[in-house]
Amino acid sequence: MSRIQETFAGRKAAGQATLVGFLMAGDPTFEASEQLARAALDNGVDVLELGVPFSDPTADGPVIQAAGQRALAAGMTLGRTIELAARLRKDYANPIILFGYVNLFFIHGYETTCREAAAAGADGLLVVDLPFEESGELRASLARHDLNLIPLIAPTTPDERMGLILKDAGGFVYYIMVKGVTGARSAVADDLSEHVKRLRRHTRLPIAAGFGVSDGPQARAVAAHADGVVVGSALVKAGAEGRLVPLVREIRAALDA
Amino acid sequence: MASTKKRSTKTPAPQGGGPPAQVPDAGGHFGAYGGRYVAETLMPALIEVEKAYAAAKADPAFDADFRSMLRHYVGRPSPLYFAERLTEAWGGAQVYLKREDLNHTGAHKINNTLGQGLLARRMGKKRLMAETGAGQHGVATATVAARFGMACDVYMGEEDIRRQAPNVKRMHLLGARVVPVSSGTRTLKDAMSEALRAWVAAVDTTFYVIGTVAGPHPYPVMVRDFQSVIGIEARAQMLEQAGCLPDMVVACVGGGSNAAGAFFAFLGDAGVKLVGVEAAGYGIATGKHAASIGAGQRGILHGSKSYVLQDTEGQILNAHSISAGLDYPGVGPEHAFWADSGRAVYNSITDAEAVASFHELARLEGIIPALESSHALAEAKKQAIALGRNKTVIVCLSGRGDKDLENVLEHETGKA
Repeated sequence: MSRIQETFAGRKAAGQATLVGFLMAGDPTFEASEQLARAALDNGVDVLELGVPFSDPTADGPVIQAAGQRALAAGMTLGRTIELAARLRKDYANPIILFGYVNLFFIHGYETTCREAAAAGADGLLVVDLPFEESGELRASLARHDLNLIPLIAPTTPDERMGLILKDAGGFVYYIMVKGVTGARSAVADDLSEHVKRLRRHTRLPIAAGFGVSDGPQARAVAAHADGVVVGSALVKAGAEGRLVPLVREIRAALDA
Repeated sequence: MASTKKRSTKTPAPQGGGPPAQVPDAGGHFGAYGGRYVAETLMPALIEVEKAYAAAKADPAFDADFRSMLRHYVGRPSPLYFAERLTEAWGGAQVYLKREDLNHTGAHKINNTLGQGLLARRMGKKRLMAETGAGQHGVATATVAARFGMACDVYMGEEDIRRQAPNVKRMHLLGARVVPVSSGTRTLKDAMSEALRAWVAAVDTTFYVIGTVAGPHPYPVMVRDFQSVIGIEARAQMLEQAGCLPDMVVACVGGGSNAAGAFFAFLGDAGVKLVGVEAAGYGIATGKHAASIGAGQRGILHGSKSYVLQDTEGQILNAHSISAGLDYPGVGPEHAFWADSGRAVYNSITDAEAVASFHELARLEGIIPALESSHALAEAKKQAIALGRNKTVIVCLSGRGDKDLENVLEHETGKA
């Protein structure tokens, strides 16, 4: 069983939802982001998504854009992000996903990226702007190194596309709850239950839903339908404001209650 | 009128040959380039545009509408003008200008926005959105939105809003909302990133009118098709006026839409050399330029694989050009394909060379060219001299230069 499967299965057995947390590697420095990641994992984040900063993040809202700019200003790179994953792997058994834009992996080389990520103990890649149709070469490299490509499904994704994307997918499914960029929103999409049901017809993989989740009550509302909850911008913002631990604890408590 | 030149080697067909049929493939790949690299949220929208465009292309009524609007609204065909005094002054090949500057709204951009506007109307969309650099594409989109009674949002970098104030006023006058973009360098690259973000949030109701042959499939092929009227007309006009095909076609390349449109009809004419002109800014060696093909590497930006200005980590670099329309760190994937195959060659022209050509055309022909087009003129001068008197060159004069007057003055004051 992979670390990802074990993690979701363990939470499920306990009647709890898995918490997937996103933090930007290198924000605001390598060392500070390592401390934030450790604090997140120590306080209830189950799966860590480590963002690789990119100059032109077309799917991100202002919070993650700014985090990426801070990380780039501090000299963060894909290579250093993989190094960060390796440092965390020494102390944590949690799944670690490298989260970024395709050009970074393309320029580093898909095969090199996968080899280094696997050696560092990462579990998979999530590539925001790499639709299934363009992912063949990367998927081949990932498979050689026993890594997962985390599939993304949007509310706009029709059923036949879901089938195409999820046919041979691994890890977990990241369901993007809203049409829009990353960032906190005031309410959880009310069609979540319907979309998750639709998804379950195409996959047995655990489903984590995200985009816009920013507090305990919202996380709990998502967990009523999905196996996991993804929290991104809210964690990044809390990290920058020195209140990461209380937020992670609040969300964890809401999921465990 | 020019003395006609006889070419004995071949009898030109009335229409161009076009490229091999397999390019692009079904996924929008031009060899190693192109494709579709966007967030999953946008994929269904792109597939919808692709299907709608395929249906429109097969529908004679759509083509008839497009042609009728090009004629009566845009004012096509645009003239192919023999630049007699420019030819004399340069002392080389005979120079013909394809006068896209005489189109409604003053540039080639309207050919494409009209096509996409008709498609949006056919798809039942009520709102257009666009990114713009120089503002020409924004004005052309706002124009079409007004004509079709649609709402219009134009994303424009704050730096470009400053550089291109007259075009901002035009867009407002046409009823469009100009959304200032303050991220990154506040130019075209950032405007396009922000437009992609905004489209994700409004994808049900909004048609995204991309202004160049870049972006995810089907935009590069669709924009090239709508712009191909430039080369189709120029080819027929050249045969009619000079009795021969040109030896060379020269066009500026930012994203590359006027060049793609000018080149496409000539692809099958092996004797016609195609020359794209990128912006060398302060000079390639300074690093402050916009020559993606000349000095970039393969990469993925704004939805397609092409040549991109980037660092060794794949972070996108800031482009520089005096011309806002060329100030972009990427280029259309079909140009990357033509560059690799050798079918077209790509050179670059500095800010200073472009400004010199801006003045030269104004003084010699009474035509004030856009700074973008001035890059094509500066390259054409070198090429025409090298070719010699017995040859012919078509330069795509992609736009008029009224919008650039302040910018040129600023450049010259800065230099003084």
